[in-house]
Amino acid sequence: MEEPSIHEQSAAYALHALPENETLAFEEHLSACTVCMAELDSLRAAAAALAYASDRPTPSADLRRRILERARNDPTHSPVLPLRRRLALPAAAAVAATVAIVLGVWASSLHDSLARERARRAADSRAVAVLSSPGARRYPLIGARGTLAVAPGGDAALVVSLRPAPGGKSYEAWVVAGGEPQPAGVFSGGGRTTLALTRRVPRGARVAVSLERAGGVARLTGTLLFGAQTA
Amino acid sequence: MGGLVRGVTEESDLRVVAGGRASSGVRDLAHFSDEALLALVSRSDEEALAQLYDRYGRVAYGLSLRILRDPALAEDAVQEAFLTVWRSAGGFLAERAKPSTWILTLVHRRAVDLVRREQRRRSSPLDATSVESVESTEEEARVRSRRRIVQEALRQLPDEQREALELAYYGGFTQSELAERLGLPLGTIKSRMFTGLRRLRDLLADAGLDATDL
Repeated sequence: MEEPSIHEQSAAYALHALPENETLAFEEHLSACTVCMAELDSLRAAAAALAYASDRPTPSADLRRRILERARNDPTHSPVLPLRRRLALPAAAAVAATVAIVLGVWASSLHDSLARERARRAADSRAVAVLSSPGARRYPLIGARGTLAVAPGGDAALVVSLRPAPGGKSYEAWVVAGGEPQPAGVFSGGGRTTLALTRRVPRGARVAVSLERAGGVARLTGTLLFGAQTA
Repeated sequence: MGGLVRGVTEESDLRVVAGGRASSGVRDLAHFSDEALLALVSRSDEEALAQLYDRYGRVAYGLSLRILRDPALAEDAVQEAFLTVWRSAGGFLAERAKPSTWILTLVHRRAVDLVRREQRRRSSPLDATSVESVESTEEEARVRSRRRIVQEALRQLPDEQREALELAYYGGFTQSELAERLGLPLGTIKSRMFTGLRRLRDLLADAGLDATDL
């Protein structure tokens, strides 16, 4: 028999027959393999077709009501994913970030916790890439204990120690380069935070942090609490 | 974002109907495509979610119950899946798959997650019986015809491939668990799943059920 290749894993992946660690490994492969990606669409549809071969007992009438009621009161309903923000990740984003982008809603809707973990790891590795970049410039923060590091390409990371954001609030970083401040990432504070900014920092720009509604906002509403001026 | 709304051919109709709800009070969502319904769901339209549930809720529950064998857990899995549809519909619109594939994939994923967590699996997954619904709506007829085609395609698979697919899909077993359970090398299981699922896809296509049309 032919040695099973990683491509064959696409079937087990479509059938949800991989344990979590192999699921992650396959997704990393998937994000870089157009052959698997193309085949997965049809394998996934064939797997879903298996659902029709089962009996169709009638669920309790209550189920429909419960689903609609939960939906109505769902606070996390977000009509449109911030697609552009996801695509605006730096070109040098880590594999993990690529996975999340390529797999899109499949990855996040199939396993929320994995997607969150992956996003966190992606942000971490981007911050590490900036901090370890040989040409990175470092600027001390004014108003808080910490540093802003900016790699030659403009990718930037913020390292800061501060109190946790109060309930219902998040810290949000902004890049100010002439015009209106542009959102560059949200964090919750508490101890030492390393944040990869989601936006590049041009030379001479300022990076500042405000306190905003939990989850962040698209336009600055709070006061800028601390920050750094780049040269 | 309009360009991302794949498959919504009557975008303007959609807007008129959605906007006209207050005045007319009645919308016949039954004529909307799944894609159009999902577009409405992404705009927080509960009736569109209800319509999707009416279309796929029973298939979803049947699948979930077959995997979990517990009505309450099975309903939980279906509920979680439909809430994910509610939350993530906006992100799905740009994808290349059919909404029904996504919905059933979500249900399957939630049910498999639950069965693994609950350790509820017994020795073999519940078999489907030949009990058939007697309802006569158009939707039912479509689902019944899909069921026939899929069951026939499964019958045409070599036994060992069908076994691997059924244990994985309806039993929630991982491929390593299957290898152990069947006393076979992991590579053999991988190959059977891969060959079997590909073959199933092709059989479905031969039967007029193009996999991406499901």
